[in-house]
Amino acid sequence: MSVSAIVMLIVAVVIVWGGLVGAVVQLRRHPELPEDDAAPTRPAA
Amino acid sequence: MSSPSREQWGSRSGFLFAAIGSAVGLGNIWRFPAVAYENGGGAFLLPYLVALLTAGIPLLVLEYSIGHKFRKSPPAAFRRLSRPTEALGWWQAAICFVIAAYYAVIIAWAVRYIGYSFGEQWGKDANGFFFGNFLQAAEKPGLMSSYVDGVLWPLIAVWVVVLVILALGIRNGIEKANKFFIPLLVVFFAILVVRALTLDGAARGLDGLFRPDWSALGNGSVWVAAYGQIFFSLSIGFGIMITYASYLRKRSDLTGSAMVAGFANSGFEILAGIGVFATLGFMAAAQGVGVDEVVSSGIGLAFVAFPTVISQMPMGTLFGVLFFTSLVLAGLTSLISIVEVVIAAVQDRTGLGRLPATLGVGGAIALVSIAVFPTDSGIYVLDAADHFINQYGIALAALIVLIAVGWLLRRLPVFQKHANETSAIPLGRWWLICLGIVTPLVLGWMMIDSLRAEFAENYEGYPTQFLLWAGWGVAAAALLVAVLLSLLPWRSADSETALEAGTDTGPAARDAQDAREKEKN
Repeated sequence: MSVSAIVMLIVAVVIVWGGLVGAVVQLRRHPELPEDDAAPTRPAA
Repeated sequence: MSSPSREQWGSRSGFLFAAIGSAVGLGNIWRFPAVAYENGGGAFLLPYLVALLTAGIPLLVLEYSIGHKFRKSPPAAFRRLSRPTEALGWWQAAICFVIAAYYAVIIAWAVRYIGYSFGEQWGKDANGFFFGNFLQAAEKPGLMSSYVDGVLWPLIAVWVVVLVILALGIRNGIEKANKFFIPLLVVFFAILVVRALTLDGAARGLDGLFRPDWSALGNGSVWVAAYGQIFFSLSIGFGIMITYASYLRKRSDLTGSAMVAGFANSGFEILAGIGVFATLGFMAAAQGVGVDEVVSSGIGLAFVAFPTVISQMPMGTLFGVLFFTSLVLAGLTSLISIVEVVIAAVQDRTGLGRLPATLGVGGAIALVSIAVFPTDSGIYVLDAADHFINQYGIALAALIVLIAVGWLLRRLPVFQKHANETSAIPLGRWWLICLGIVTPLVLGWMMIDSLRAEFAENYEGYPTQFLLWAGWGVAAAALLVAVLLSLLPWRSADSETALEAGTDTGPAARDAQDAREKEKN
């Protein structure tokens, strides 16, 4: 494999799979709010 | 009748698995690798990521918001958005009807090929075996004249499995099936990729896929290809995500869910690209040719190139079983979501229960599928219907939805606010720009490109008369049926009256009422 292909393979994996891990971590940090219509909605961060 | 409480996902992960299962389909495995290869290799990553962030994920959020806000399938959700747009929802349901009918057949082929993998029964001529012995395809496209038992039986089995899962409902059927199938798919495909990477020539294949051709970035068609790949691979534009999001809990994080589903879909595509090109590298090395001579996509890649290469490798049977089982799993989870759109649309319209709706609607799709596709002309009808319903069904409907919601009704800010109420990542002005300007422009360009190609020469060189009914006719019929269905008066006048009066106590009615009040203000 050429160096440029190896670099792009690594970049693709890091960005896309890293993006997935980041998105999952971000979602897990914000558990679903209780299913109570009276509960206040989360303010936009 | 007042709307009964709507079924909900059992958990957030259940919804995510279902959404990912829907997005990850055959296109991830057999379309992405070739598209990336032909459009700049490693350099394609840039337009691909731009497309994911400016069209894919924003569209996912919009569809989640429409489904979540109105808690309805596409026809009823669009009707609540604005009465005339109901036809758009029926259009999406009709598109799903068509796609489900042929998509099931490809899964049936893959089921049969799991069996053929034992002993590599396709022999030395995988092409002749697939089209001749297995499909018994006619020489030329035309009307169906004979049945093919070898396709019929696995197809019936696929439909039985899909309808049983759908009849069990959202939580017990779709959610449980996806929570089982998706991890299994990832494990199977990961083993396959590891095996592919250990083959001689794998590095040559990966070099072909990832070596960047930066000059490709100056070519507009490469950017359109990137948006097209994101668009067709994410299961957006035909109402699936609206339907799935309608079963979400009230306070679900829509934007966060879209980020996870979008990146998971792309993550699987990258994995598939690595697996497919490592295998093609082995094939090129074995045949003593360049990688460029063995690259293929779609049906040719799965049912001709892969069987050929499986016959050439040690432990080919195991590789074949892993590959075709992965195709079946990826396809099944997508097919379930496609059929669910039609079932939910009819349920919302008629108030039918889950079982009768599944048997009636799913059964009708299965009957069409079984009547048309396991025949000598099945592959030609499938190919033409797939091309035309994709271009002049899914993509055209998505363009018109964006124009209607973004420009005619000017409701994008309503959905932006709705998503922001329960999501941790706020949608800013960029979201409005992506959906109001960037995506419609790219979809419009795709449409013009595609129409130009259509009139320059017949798709695949098929006879005009055949394309008129199997291609243009199918796409036009989906639109016509949608318009007719939207013109029919709603039989359940009670719920309509309740909705109009704002007396329906369901969350969707309240939201709809809120929207109307805001509109008046």
